[in-house]
Amino acid sequence: MADNAVLSRRSLLKGSAAAAGAFTLGFSIPFTEAQAQNATPEVNAWVVIHPDDRIVVRIARSEMGQGTLTGLAQLVAEELEADWSKVSWEYPTPGENLRRNRIWRNFSTGGSRGIRESHQYVREGGAAARIMLVQAAAKEWGVPEGECRAAKSVITHTPSGRTVTYGKVAAAAAKLEVPKEVKLKPASEWTIAGKSVKRLDTVDKLNGKQVYGADIKLPGMLNAAIKACPVFGGTLVSFDAAKVTGMPGVKKVVQVDRRTVAVIADHWWQAKTALDALPITWDNGPHASASSETIAATLREGLDAEQAFEGNKAGDAKGAIASAAKRVEATYSYPFQNHACMEPMNATALWTPEKCEVWCPTQNGESALAAAIEASGHPAAKCDVHKVHLGGGFGRRGRSDYVTQAVLIAKQMPGTPVKLLWSREEDMLQGTYHPITMARMVAGLDKDGNLVGLHMRISGQSILSGVNPQGLQNGRDPVVFQGLNPGGQEGPFGYGIPNLLIDHAMRNPHVPPGFWRGVNLNQNAIYVECFMDELAHAAGVDPLEFRRRLMKNTPKHLAVLEAVAKGIGWGSPSAPGTAKGLAQIMGFGSYVAAAAEVSVSNAGEIKVHRIVAATNPGHVVNPDQVAAQVEGSFVYGLSAAFHQECTVKNGRIVEENFDTYPAMRINEMPKVESILVPSGDFWGGVGEPTIAVAAPAVLNAIFAATGKRVRSLPLKNADLRRA
Amino acid sequence: MASLNVNGRVVEIDAHPDTPLLWALREQAGLTGTKYGCGIAQCGACTVHIDGEPVRSCSITLGSVTATQKIVTIEGLSPDISHPIQKAWLELDVPQCGYCQSGMIMAAAALLAKKPKPTDVDIDEAMTNICRCGTYNRVRAGIKLAAGI
Repeated sequence: MADNAVLSRRSLLKGSAAAAGAFTLGFSIPFTEAQAQNATPEVNAWVVIHPDDRIVVRIARSEMGQGTLTGLAQLVAEELEADWSKVSWEYPTPGENLRRNRIWRNFSTGGSRGIRESHQYVREGGAAARIMLVQAAAKEWGVPEGECRAAKSVITHTPSGRTVTYGKVAAAAAKLEVPKEVKLKPASEWTIAGKSVKRLDTVDKLNGKQVYGADIKLPGMLNAAIKACPVFGGTLVSFDAAKVTGMPGVKKVVQVDRRTVAVIADHWWQAKTALDALPITWDNGPHASASSETIAATLREGLDAEQAFEGNKAGDAKGAIASAAKRVEATYSYPFQNHACMEPMNATALWTPEKCEVWCPTQNGESALAAAIEASGHPAAKCDVHKVHLGGGFGRRGRSDYVTQAVLIAKQMPGTPVKLLWSREEDMLQGTYHPITMARMVAGLDKDGNLVGLHMRISGQSILSGVNPQGLQNGRDPVVFQGLNPGGQEGPFGYGIPNLLIDHAMRNPHVPPGFWRGVNLNQNAIYVECFMDELAHAAGVDPLEFRRRLMKNTPKHLAVLEAVAKGIGWGSPSAPGTAKGLAQIMGFGSYVAAAAEVSVSNAGEIKVHRIVAATNPGHVVNPDQVAAQVEGSFVYGLSAAFHQECTVKNGRIVEENFDTYPAMRINEMPKVESILVPSGDFWGGVGEPTIAVAAPAVLNAIFAATGKRVRSLPLKNADLRRA
Repeated sequence: MASLNVNGRVVEIDAHPDTPLLWALREQAGLTGTKYGCGIAQCGACTVHIDGEPVRSCSITLGSVTATQKIVTIEGLSPDISHPIQKAWLELDVPQCGYCQSGMIMAAAALLAKKPKPTDVDIDEAMTNICRCGTYNRVRAGIKLAAGI
């Protein structure tokens, strides 16, 4: 999404002139082998080849489990004609990107964009490097370039049979001009891309060696624990540092900003213990009496409000509904949710009067750098960010609030690196939450059960209003309409309805919203797909058939739906006690659908037996990793659907840990069959879209099993007991 | 000063006896493979073995562990990723972000030590760790692969 892009671009433009001069890292720890080298044998920005033929591919996007680094490396290696067994990777730093005029382009890793938005230029990078290597070999041999070919890191002069490996010509190739125009291979000729090669980052995750941000160790480093005012909009009035300064290991108690205090100690546990003992006075601010009830009342008012932003419109929806043979209405609601990354937010910063360096897990190295520049007070050329693996991101780490905090803390300990780590409780209370929305769905059916008009009124929070108000379009938040749009990559609506109105009454509670894996597609898919199911039942038509009638002009939407229907055995009898449901949506550039088979016991316990999912992401770079994203999407989506809700009391979030904010565990995990149906004519994302169909497929199956329609999430609040 | 037996070595720990074992391992022993996820024994990211039993190290104190109890962390599970669980995890590319996987692997290894051929119910009961990326089906498949079932 466009979350931090605008902000970081502004900061970076401001800083780029200053960054033109040479800049040397005085204090750095090597994360990858190539960074440890003094002279980098770089062929071009994307490809480093060592004399012993080892290849290092530069990855600008962040790896947070989604496999993007392996996929991007596959794309570069494909065009490079590399020996895949010799490929490893490294992150360039955002500061280096700035210095080199953004040669690696966008670092932002969100919106399932890693591959879908950089496939072209990373493949061109690989192809350009290959051309340079071939040119260097041909030059050395004194033969025409056209007589040479490259395969598996070896260049062969075809007429003579002479060969040379990439490592031998890399230094010469690096001196050649980077070709401007390159021709890319068609996907049909891929040998590395498109294959289920193993991830490049698994081994260190099996023996504890993988360094996450929380694991950073620097010489002389201190540790900080932090607490911000738990009521959003509140401020820090005072704290009594004298009460804790004598505690073991405590070095300093510092005010971080107007709402935040931190304790710095030798060890984090000491810092946290002292912070828990620190007397703090908060001014809870203007929202101290807000609650889930007051927020819900605001949203309910929006359901009927006159003013609303239009997202999609055709014909006269209200008129058609008014004159329809049958009117169907339902109101749905969706709660706040926290990302709850397994690794709580953290960043390590070193501030000196001369420079500032940060080590952190971030989904956007460039906005982390922008945050470091701003907080440090130093010019851009004196700051850099070293990215480390993320212990989950899910959108939360696209924000750089924790980077700002770390720098502001380190600034109060000049010359000493300080690692800031949030407690789980801080992570739960200081989130940027999956926005709260409601939807009123009103439809008209004609006497034959055809859908003649639909009005979908969304009421609730706008992410852009909180995150990036510059992204609003005359006050309208386009992100709210994900999956409901008249066209485009972020979700064209899948149904052809002659009279349609989808609009949004913006109601922004004081709880800060954020991009949460799947973003607004999640809520929207529930509203639309569950209501489609309701309409099918109201019309007395099979839910698949009802949808088919509306999908004559959206064949790609329909194709994935048909694929899951076939996979789950739609239309054939379910196993005794089980029932089926299905859902489809398009978002993040891909078409997805899911079918679920569930049972509900007399006591109201839900069991999801089986899921079939279909994905058309256009191109598939690594089928096994796409399958992993699809499987994981059901855990993220169904954890949210079943268990997760952040409630508000006295202006603050109530749930502070996994005991009150549970996540799905292995015993609840259904079998997931993932069907990939790439049509080969576009590039879509896979990290997020499937999450959106997880909940509606299950909710529709629950209705089929029980006759009870759950319209308010999470499911833990629903009573499905049989009378 | 407390003395611990960690991964077959005696480690001297200079920390308050109330310090959770997790933080003594991470900050004093320098073994950061064991992760902090919740601090209240909910998520299992901090799972280590004490005398072969899987234990959530965030919720026991340094002072409650004796010098003779054998603690094994992810770093000590095998010298070279040769434990059957680690091999299966590699084979199936189980981890995504990987942050929960130290705990997952330690819980799975403890399960196999006790039940070499675990049933699905055994797996459900033993593997209560939280993974937010959603690797559960590969975790299950990995345990079965390691168990040869």
